[in-house]
Amino acid sequence: MSAVEDVVEGHEAVEAVPKRAMTLGTGTSVVVLLLLIAVPLFAKNFVIFQLTQLLYLGLAVLALNILTGGSGQFSLGQSAFYGIGAYVTAVMMEQFNIPYFLCLPVAGVVCFGAGFLFGQPALRLSGVYLALATFALATAMPQLLKLNFLEKWTGGVQGLVVTKPDAPFGLPMSQDMWLYYFTLVVVLAIYIFSVNLLRSRSGRAFMAIRDNEIAASAMGVNVALYKTLAFGVSAAITGVAGGLSAIAVQFVAPDSFTITLAIQLFLGMVVGGVGWLPGSIVGAAFIIFVPNIAEGISKGLSGAVFGVLLFLVIYLVPHGARQVAILGQQLAGRLRKN
Amino acid sequence: MTQAQLAQGTSPLLAVRDVSVVFGGIVALNGVSFDMHKGQILGLIGPNGAGKTTLFNCLSRLYQPSSGDILMEGASILTRPPHRIAEIGIGRTFQNVALFPNLSVMDNVRVGTHARTSSDIISDSLRLAWIRRSETSVNKKVHEILAYLDLEDFAHTVVSGLPFGTQKRVELARALAADPKILLLDEPAGGLNHEEVYVLGDLIRKIRDERHMTVLLVEHHMGLVMSIADHVVALNFGKKLAEGTPAQVQADPDVIKAYLGSKDQ
Repeated sequence: MSAVEDVVEGHEAVEAVPKRAMTLGTGTSVVVLLLLIAVPLFAKNFVIFQLTQLLYLGLAVLALNILTGGSGQFSLGQSAFYGIGAYVTAVMMEQFNIPYFLCLPVAGVVCFGAGFLFGQPALRLSGVYLALATFALATAMPQLLKLNFLEKWTGGVQGLVVTKPDAPFGLPMSQDMWLYYFTLVVVLAIYIFSVNLLRSRSGRAFMAIRDNEIAASAMGVNVALYKTLAFGVSAAITGVAGGLSAIAVQFVAPDSFTITLAIQLFLGMVVGGVGWLPGSIVGAAFIIFVPNIAEGISKGLSGAVFGVLLFLVIYLVPHGARQVAILGQQLAGRLRKN
Repeated sequence: MTQAQLAQGTSPLLAVRDVSVVFGGIVALNGVSFDMHKGQILGLIGPNGAGKTTLFNCLSRLYQPSSGDILMEGASILTRPPHRIAEIGIGRTFQNVALFPNLSVMDNVRVGTHARTSSDIISDSLRLAWIRRSETSVNKKVHEILAYLDLEDFAHTVVSGLPFGTQKRVELARALAADPKILLLDEPAGGLNHEEVYVLGDLIRKIRDERHMTVLLVEHHMGLVMSIADHVVALNFGKKLAEGTPAQVQADPDVIKAYLGSKDQ
């Protein structure tokens, strides 16, 4: 680390993580990718299912990361877009017999529209007020999904059972394993597109708005357009994640998409490191596995134990997994020198 | 003089016509008019609260004048939203530096090219060939500007940790990246020491000469304005006090009164 970078570290505010690198290095990426490909080959079906869950929840956290880490807008309403994506996929698969891989892009497009439209009124709000408006969306969604006139498609309160797809071309693998690899391909593709997006002219416009709206506007950035686009992109990715969850869980019901889910995604983003895309998967791991660990420590007080663990993370590494990664990098650098 | 030179001499690049701005009951600007010609460095001076920054913000469309008009190459800019000012060739810096603090120097300057490039989120996500070409030319231009302003050593440094003087240079680089015809500089000397102010003066002149720009300089630092401006407009209490060459304005009794007060008060 040079002296200049040390100065930078000293100046940063708690919420503002410098966006020097938004991704992992090539070496680390290859190792992570190989692990993601190899692990299911040696795991039981239940573990494979959990890994699939890790991937699609990681995708949903990534979507929030683009919105908050990228464009600086808060959302506690991600569960609504997740729910729309899950329902669009489930209804298309079960009521119209459309293949699952065609349902996901449709879920993405529908959610892009929903996010873009919701972004319009959200333009006038910022900070905590925007968080409240999106909170309202999350609260309304489960009830909207139960509406009577939608019941013949959505199954109302009962929800909808989704058929798990078999591996195609007679591949010798279990349904769970096939679904894992299918999810992995979708998630990797979206991850690469997201990295491209944030590094591009549009991504720079998002981050310019996050840092200083007036200056961004003076540089020719259409602030209203890019803010709503960020909402749309984030909602679209969340929708695809929701669609993947519907296929993996084989069931959608209105009460799976409550504000609790939105808060979990928010938590995942903070634990993974706001604005650091690879952290999304770490954040997802935290929201899936840490509650189980807490339950293992104390059944009666699992909530309290979870709270303590969360508190420790926020206290020790306020920038989340990204901070751990930087520390690790520094340590490795020091070891190499000695 | 040829016909073309005459025409250039008579039609201003930017014309401020009778601009007034009223905030509630306070008249911040009262019927101010002046012209800026191509290649000029125009200094806008006045005591605190004279209306300099208000006028500046009208030019970058942050404020809407209550009456009057501002014409860029003969066309009114008042129908344009703020984000469509950069594309007609008006670039600016801010009084207290308004950079994107979490972005690197390079990315800050890249944002400066936003008005001169185009893209959409799908092509950007897929990094299509035309996006890659456009990014290559953006990077080339950004490197050229960073070298021009001696900022290459900081290209990948996050802006928030840089010294104030360097941040001001980054802001200038960001403004230049949009190829402006007019550069609006809001108190560029603020916060700089004596020596830095002279270096800045030379730099502004160099930019005007080498990059063919017209500069509007809003400044408290009299020494700087008087040494580099071709033309000076003095404001006080929202009205134009005087206009002319630096020497004329400096000798104007109204200007002296505004700055120093007068005996018979």
